[in-house]
Amino acid sequence: MSLIHETDYGTPLSKSEKMVTLTIDGQSITVPEGTSIMRAAMEAGTQIPKLCATDMVDAFGSCRLCLVEVEGRAGTPASCTTPVAAGLVVHTQTERLKKLRKGVMELYISDHPLDCLTCAANGDCELQDMAGAVGLRDVRYGNQGENHVFADACGEANPAWLPKDESNPYFTYDPSKCIVCSRCVRACEEVQGTFALTISGRGFDSRVSPGMSESFLGSECVSCGACVQACPTATLTEKSVIEIGQPEHSAVTTCAYCGVGCAFKAEMRGEEVVRMVPYKDGKANRGHSCVKGRFAYGYATHKERILKPMIRETIDQPWREVSYDEAFKFAADKMRGIQAKYGRDAIGGITSSRCTNEETYLVQKLIRAGFGNNNVDTCARVCHSPTGYGLATTFGTSAGTQDFDSVEDSDVIMVIGANPTDAHPVFGSRMKKRLRQGAKLIVVDPRKIDLVKSAHIKADYHLPLLPGTNVAILTALAHVIVTEGLVNETFVRERCDWSEFQDWAEFVALEKNSPEAVAGITGVDAEAIRGAARLYAKGGNGAIYYGLGVTEHSQGSTTVIAIANLAMATGNIGRRGVGVNPLRGQNNVQGSCDMGSFPHELPGYRHISGDAVRDQFEAMWNVKLNPEPGLRIPNMFDSAIEGTFMGLYVQGEDILQSDPNTTHVVQALSSMECVIVQDLFLNETANYAHVFLPGSTFLEKDGTFTNAERRIQRVRKVMSPRNGLADWEVTIGLAKAMGFEMKYNHPSEIMDEIAALTPTFTGVSYQKLEEMGSVQWPCNEKFPEGSPIMHVDGFVRGKGKFVVTEYVATDERTGPRFPLLLTTGRILSQYNVGAQTRRTDNVVWHGEDVLEIHPHDAEQRGIRDGDWVRLTSRAGETTLHALISERVAPGVVYTTFHHPLTQANVITTDYSDWATNCPEYKVTAVQVSQSNGPSDWQKAYDEQARNSRRIAPIVEAAE
Amino acid sequence: MSHNPTERLVYMANQIGKFFQSQGRDKEVAGVAEHIKKFWDPRMLKTIYAHHDAGGEGLDPAVKDAIGKLKDAAVAKEKA
Repeated sequence: MSLIHETDYGTPLSKSEKMVTLTIDGQSITVPEGTSIMRAAMEAGTQIPKLCATDMVDAFGSCRLCLVEVEGRAGTPASCTTPVAAGLVVHTQTERLKKLRKGVMELYISDHPLDCLTCAANGDCELQDMAGAVGLRDVRYGNQGENHVFADACGEANPAWLPKDESNPYFTYDPSKCIVCSRCVRACEEVQGTFALTISGRGFDSRVSPGMSESFLGSECVSCGACVQACPTATLTEKSVIEIGQPEHSAVTTCAYCGVGCAFKAEMRGEEVVRMVPYKDGKANRGHSCVKGRFAYGYATHKERILKPMIRETIDQPWREVSYDEAFKFAADKMRGIQAKYGRDAIGGITSSRCTNEETYLVQKLIRAGFGNNNVDTCARVCHSPTGYGLATTFGTSAGTQDFDSVEDSDVIMVIGANPTDAHPVFGSRMKKRLRQGAKLIVVDPRKIDLVKSAHIKADYHLPLLPGTNVAILTALAHVIVTEGLVNETFVRERCDWSEFQDWAEFVALEKNSPEAVAGITGVDAEAIRGAARLYAKGGNGAIYYGLGVTEHSQGSTTVIAIANLAMATGNIGRRGVGVNPLRGQNNVQGSCDMGSFPHELPGYRHISGDAVRDQFEAMWNVKLNPEPGLRIPNMFDSAIEGTFMGLYVQGEDILQSDPNTTHVVQALSSMECVIVQDLFLNETANYAHVFLPGSTFLEKDGTFTNAERRIQRVRKVMSPRNGLADWEVTIGLAKAMGFEMKYNHPSEIMDEIAALTPTFTGVSYQKLEEMGSVQWPCNEKFPEGSPIMHVDGFVRGKGKFVVTEYVATDERTGPRFPLLLTTGRILSQYNVGAQTRRTDNVVWHGEDVLEIHPHDAEQRGIRDGDWVRLTSRAGETTLHALISERVAPGVVYTTFHHPLTQANVITTDYSDWATNCPEYKVTAVQVSQSNGPSDWQKAYDEQARNSRRIAPIVEAAE
Repeated sequence: MSHNPTERLVYMANQIGKFFQSQGRDKEVAGVAEHIKKFWDPRMLKTIYAHHDAGGEGLDPAVKDAIGKLKDAAVAKEKA
């Protein structure tokens, strides 16, 4: 294996379909119109020297190194900023050019330190490469003159010199090495869209400045790493490279954080990760990254990782480290014992949306075939299960309709209950790029998220609805579309069931659904709703992106249906630029759903009651399957308390911290006789576990993840599992101890079995993934290359189905005791329950959960910024620090759920989506009051957790 | 919200009922029955059937009808 070098073409690809032929150095080349001469030369195999150009950003033309000569044209134009033209004859190497380039390099080097041997970029420095390329042998100016290099100038402080900025935990900024090529500034603007960097000063005073000459950490920088990647020198360098040195081999793999599914090169030295670099050929991220995937991988080697299996009889005992075999036997005996005592259906399991498709498939197989019941669920239950129900009902399949590239063709983007710049940052950046090009934006969200207004982005409409009123707003948007004649009737007649459409149209047209009528419920101005509806219906390609602000409600499924209705009514389905796109929370939520993790469905979303489908699985697995649906996670908890569900196998999921109403979950877990947790760390759920099976990270195993665009991508093993086994091997071990043998030598064999059993996966294999890089399901005989966009020639279910969406208010109501509405979400630097990100330097950005409260509500309660406050709901109470913010509306408060000490889910309630039991995280009636510090509950919880995490010391045998 | 298992199931069933109520009179009972059949595990069904036998207190009328129909079908299937 060697280091993967990606070609830098210097300038971005032109999308023009018109081709142009020219001659470069005597060679004829044909490229799309709009291509730069630099890129055309590179495609022909000639690398023109360059410093300020890189293909992630637009050409800039400042370094004057990429000069060429064009026959019949005067001067020496920069090849990066000069587009090709038919018949041009270009020379990239002439005596004149050689002389000019050498002169330019000489000037650069006269103001650059010559410490190449000890420089962190040694071996990966474009400045060094270019000095070599142009044959620079001498610097006639010396380097004693005015410079940015030395702290002292003739015994006096050099005013032009600036010290290294090491404030960011992951990279350093060394101004003495900067050549002011502006690549970092342009990457921050064009790729990331944050505009945190600028060039301050002019001429010789020019230098890169985060914000107004602030430190990187103190500026608006979001630490995405785009600038570091763009830097041609050691000016911006990963601290890991400074510490370890340059990598020697690399493998392409997929990020294990959010559902965007960024492809990275894991750059290695032996089994040590030197750095993670976003992969330009990654079709989800196109070479971009965020602070989590790029930098926050240190949890893999964190000292708190548990590397040995552990068992205990009761949860008040300390853990005892044992061999895998002993742990498997202990767990198997307990689980089989429970089945003997309470019945076959008294145990179950939860698959992980963080593990691979292959691992998830094995866990559900173990449960259905080995446990002999269908008590399998996954954390998608608590995030996107309403997407499954809603999109299957209306379109016929449970998945987003587009690929991420599609956003490049959107004219109107509607974001509902999602905060992509925090929770799906790389897609957020791609969306912002399109918005800066002129696409219109509608944001439906209770909070003023960054998309509402941030650098060079402003929503055309922000509908700041009261939490819990999604259906009312969406039906009102439909009301405007129907009553103002904005329906795309041709599309509806061709693609959808016309009579169902008519029933729906009649319903939405009712006066009670008009923007004016719902304004009182939603708190949103009727004219804004009308304007947004007109824009979405008539603004060109309209795309909807939504998140958990849609699904995590008592009417989550109804809201998804309402979104699908809107897209169908306006004909915004089945081509690039449009569609309905759920932004998935975890890396493999889509995959875990596809792999049959829901209790009622076998892989490929086929109901367990179908005889033909069951026959197929029974034949392959050689076992009889139970035709009745099993328990969903909330039902498991209820049944545990009731005494009919007593054993649980949880892979890679912290249900105690992430599920609502923590006290209820604690009660359920404490009622069980055997809880098996497979995880990297002793998570909160493990406090109530009897068996701990150590997990492996995405760096330590082979497999695949499926992202929010249905894209199946490889996860590649770059180091041995520190715990000894990959997660799929652990499941096989547990299954074997329970008397159910599963034999696979490699995850590719598991994928072959999935492909053989799942109609939408029949064309998927590791071989195919090697060839194509990634593939979007359905991938089968009909779509051998996969399906970037779904429902192109018709809906999967046949005719698109319109469904009436009546608004039903949640039973979680505000009142005198609980007058405020709490809504919860994520922040950029942390991920879900924080088990991974809290164990990295990402804590410098977010060390604790805080409560965002509007100044008006804060003043009424005498709360100042930073005060400890008590947050109380009907379910429980906790304390945290207040952050006074106008991002929330009066009457609404907001917090995150990344930290176990806060336990935001002590507050959330048991209310759930009517169709899928997805919890109503987004609406809780609360009161906020002053407090002196952690509540008694928090103290007691903390003590229980400490006690439960004890590991018995190993007693050495006497000699 | 109540933690009594039966009361929770009654609440869930009525929530399903509220959705299908808006789908038109002919779909209401059938919709509720189909949804419950598709997503509820046997022990949840057993509990709600027992509650139905005991008078079905708290169940909205259409939901009560739907559960009655499911129960009858289950009994008939068992006999067959």
